[in-house]
Amino acid sequence: MLPAIREHMTFSALLKESGLNNIEVMRALGWLESKKIIAIRKDAQERIELDVNGERYVKHGLPELRFLKALEKGHLPLDEIRAKADLDGNEASIALGVLKQKNAIVLGKIIALTTAGKELLKKKLPEEKFLESLPRDVASLHPEEAAIYSALKQRKQILKTQLLKEMYLHLTPLGHQLQKQKLHHELLERVTTAMIKEGGWKNKKFRRYDVKAEVPKLYPGRRHFTNEAVNYIRRIWLDMGFTEIDGGLIETSFWNFDALFTPQDHPAREMQDTFFIKNPALGKLPDAQIVNAVKNVHETGGKSGSLGWQYSWNAEEAKKNVLRTHTTVLTARTLAAIKKSQLPVKFFSVGKCFRNETLDWKHLFEFDQSEGIVVDEHGNFRNLLGYLKEFFHKMGFDKVRFRPAYFPYTSMSTEVDVFHPYHKKWVELGGAGLARPEVSVSLFGEDIPVLMWGLGIGRILTDYYMIKDIRELYKNDLKQLREMKVWLK
Amino acid sequence: MPTITLDRKEFEKLVGKRLPDDKLKDRISMLGTDLEEVNSKEILVEVFPDRPDMLSEQGFARAFSSFIVHKTGLRKYKVRKSGEKVIVDASVKEVRPFTACAIVKNLKLDDNRIKQLMQLQEKLHITFGRNRKKAAIGIYPLERIKMPITFKAMKPEDVKFKPLEYPKELNGLEVLQLHPKGKEFGKLLSGCKQFPFFVDAAGKILSMPPIINSDDVGKVETSTREVFIECSGFDFNTLKQCLHIIVAALADMGGDVYSMEILDGKNKEVTPHLEPAKLKMDLGYVNKILGLHLKESEMKKLLERMGFGYQNKHALIPAYRADVLHPVDVVEDVAIAYGYEHFQEEIPKISTIASEDAGIKMREKIAALLTGFGLLEISSYHLTNATEHRNASLQQEIIELANALNQDYHALRASLIPSLLKVFSENKHHEYPQKIFEIATCFEKGDSETGIVEKKKLCVGVTSANAGFTDVKQILDSVMMLMGMKYTLAEEEAASFIPGRCGKILVDGKTIGHLGEVHPQVLANFSLDYPVAMIEIDVDWLVKGLEGK
Repeated sequence: MLPAIREHMTFSALLKESGLNNIEVMRALGWLESKKIIAIRKDAQERIELDVNGERYVKHGLPELRFLKALEKGHLPLDEIRAKADLDGNEASIALGVLKQKNAIVLGKIIALTTAGKELLKKKLPEEKFLESLPRDVASLHPEEAAIYSALKQRKQILKTQLLKEMYLHLTPLGHQLQKQKLHHELLERVTTAMIKEGGWKNKKFRRYDVKAEVPKLYPGRRHFTNEAVNYIRRIWLDMGFTEIDGGLIETSFWNFDALFTPQDHPAREMQDTFFIKNPALGKLPDAQIVNAVKNVHETGGKSGSLGWQYSWNAEEAKKNVLRTHTTVLTARTLAAIKKSQLPVKFFSVGKCFRNETLDWKHLFEFDQSEGIVVDEHGNFRNLLGYLKEFFHKMGFDKVRFRPAYFPYTSMSTEVDVFHPYHKKWVELGGAGLARPEVSVSLFGEDIPVLMWGLGIGRILTDYYMIKDIRELYKNDLKQLREMKVWLK
Repeated sequence: MPTITLDRKEFEKLVGKRLPDDKLKDRISMLGTDLEEVNSKEILVEVFPDRPDMLSEQGFARAFSSFIVHKTGLRKYKVRKSGEKVIVDASVKEVRPFTACAIVKNLKLDDNRIKQLMQLQEKLHITFGRNRKKAAIGIYPLERIKMPITFKAMKPEDVKFKPLEYPKELNGLEVLQLHPKGKEFGKLLSGCKQFPFFVDAAGKILSMPPIINSDDVGKVETSTREVFIECSGFDFNTLKQCLHIIVAALADMGGDVYSMEILDGKNKEVTPHLEPAKLKMDLGYVNKILGLHLKESEMKKLLERMGFGYQNKHALIPAYRADVLHPVDVVEDVAIAYGYEHFQEEIPKISTIASEDAGIKMREKIAALLTGFGLLEISSYHLTNATEHRNASLQQEIIELANALNQDYHALRASLIPSLLKVFSENKHHEYPQKIFEIATCFEKGDSETGIVEKKKLCVGVTSANAGFTDVKQILDSVMMLMGMKYTLAEEEAASFIPGRCGKILVDGKTIGHLGEVHPQVLANFSLDYPVAMIEIDVDWLVKGLEGK
């Protein structure tokens, strides 16, 4: 860098000449300044730039030039010159004034070109040259340019000036001395191919860097941070031998509610909790056998040994399309699809669910749930707790607690709490239980142990990423997405 | 779920034992209710909807004192015959066909007990009664009533009475228009030509269920010693259960329960009936699903801790328990009594082979490639609005929701293009270039179980001062090449893109998506300052195309 620095050089000039980037030059200058080899003075400079008319004149020629060219053949009346040169009244009078002053024309009814005028046509006007040289700093103008500048400045919208802040570099006596010593031959910059081949680096030194200097930030392409967490959760279930299932976000009420023994007058099925579809409002019911089994279990308990809900089940109500309110709908579908010969089976899913809520700092109308289901003839309540405890251990929660709860489709229903190591309190993270016989008998055909759970993920995400307002999870602020810490579990 | 407030002093008296706060909190939680708050005066708990019998101080204390092993076993409630009658007139069959009734005498009511009674009535209305639709409850001072009582339907415009807490007499229709309860619950009688009424032998109106009692005969006060209780609705069993819950609470207040005869046409029913029901218990079944090795005597003790009796291999189920549909409900109570905290968690040693969902696996691979190109994944909502859709100049129809609370999110998105453009418009203050993608579900009408076809789409968007077609074509080329997929491009005109700078992506002759430079009108609609180039692909097609590769 040092050899390239000239007295009173600007930072931008150095940047251009060095071919290095901004930060590299800054770093080098910082080092030179700290060693008192150069001094840096920050100053403001008046910068001359083309204004609207100026840009037009650079393209189409100055009025006086166009005037002269129109007059090239000798003598013409003013009107004809104006028409030929395409000048308005104002431009024509300025051109007249300027050319008169340069003795290029003789005024009269008919305007005549002088010898001086003919000479002017042979080369570029100094004004023209000046305009083409812009932008320039006022300080850099030669005296003759300064005169042209002050003349052009008087004319309408040819020039404009801007105050620019610039850094000026000065060599200190030490700097001058070092430049003279041609020290640059001693210090190496980049490693070049030739240098490697020819050993040109031998017995020489590389310029030292300031390793502590700031560098520009670099952002990788990456997954949305919530998906990093979701993939970890998927990984846990896969590690535990669970098969992944996926399903639709729109379901009929039949699968979302009825198949899960949720009575048709249950509050969860009301308009304020569940999103319904305007059109198509109704879907199709599955084959009659399963519909009848579900109908019977609601009305009388069917073959499950239950009393049922003792009301008249309505098929139309079951056809209503909804945005699924829980991933448990996948459990219902899975139970209806598997055969006894496949047992034991373990399934999981991580997916979106919906509830009809307005957005605020602790409510979202879309939320994430992780579903799990184990169908095992020898399964029991202790196994259910075992799977859940293991999952939460792998999620980083050492203390897990189970409390009795209520869901229409499970018995031994339990709420799962984990002890939050940071907030030092129990946090509710999901519901679980064994499928009620009404569910397993109507869907699978037999009362077998079905361990099932639906765990909320939102709370784990907001805690891990230290998010207070749950809307921030899906705000898609690119700075947040670029800088959010990685899921490290 | 309903939250009830218990007077702590009264509660402790009923339980017969005082517990320190932390113990109280723990036991309430482990009984299967959600504790909201405990202070020196009150206990606030959320009762789960399967236990309406715990919606009163008396019911809660009853369950709690058993659970903490203070007063265990089946509570016996004596029912005396009152000999009084309620006549169910045939006219009521069209509007509110059934009622179950009782009389309770020797009550000593004070302000707190009246408050408790009203709380029980209100919470039962909301939960068990499904906002009075399924069951509505009326409680009346007996001394003002001349027996027998008739339950009948009459033309509302012909019946005048002074409703509770109202300054003057109204007819039935006016009650629905003017009285606050009439306005709130009037819809339950809408369309009925005749309204149901309880009327006494002197022709006095007791009430107009399920709306309101009369002010004259329908108000219980601290001086009231004897009450008449009715539950009306559509299912006799439900009404009996509801009645049992109320009379059990009143009996626990010290009242004596008397039965009534319900004369319903040719049928005669006597309510309430507080004898326990019997349910066969299979010890093997209990141990199998709980994973325990309980002896019969141990199970008996656990049952008694939940207020059940146990005799000759049968559980005796108290009449106030409305939640026992299946033996498994009793097993659940055995588990609660055993204590969820005492179950030894165990993962069984069974072998199952895991596998990922094929579609998700492939989408994950695509996402991994895209992040490799420096793209940032976004995650936006599935719900959108018609304006955003229109602003992106999309032609397809969007599917609207029937009941969205939030008008900014009232429809299902058909494309990810508006979602990505919205992200760009909200991030204009952040560093450029901006390169983003999303893989998510979009919706359109079609042939499926729901009449809606869900499609997984991939959308890529790139924006900067000089972003263009080449930027996205490079990405497409590279992704397809790396996945071993062959594709061709054909010119396409789509309103979202600049004419002549949009292509459709074809795989095996099928169009699987588009790419192009976004139309400046669309950019202006989203208030964007820089050009945007995008790809949108139906990923399901890609995944299908990759099968077997």
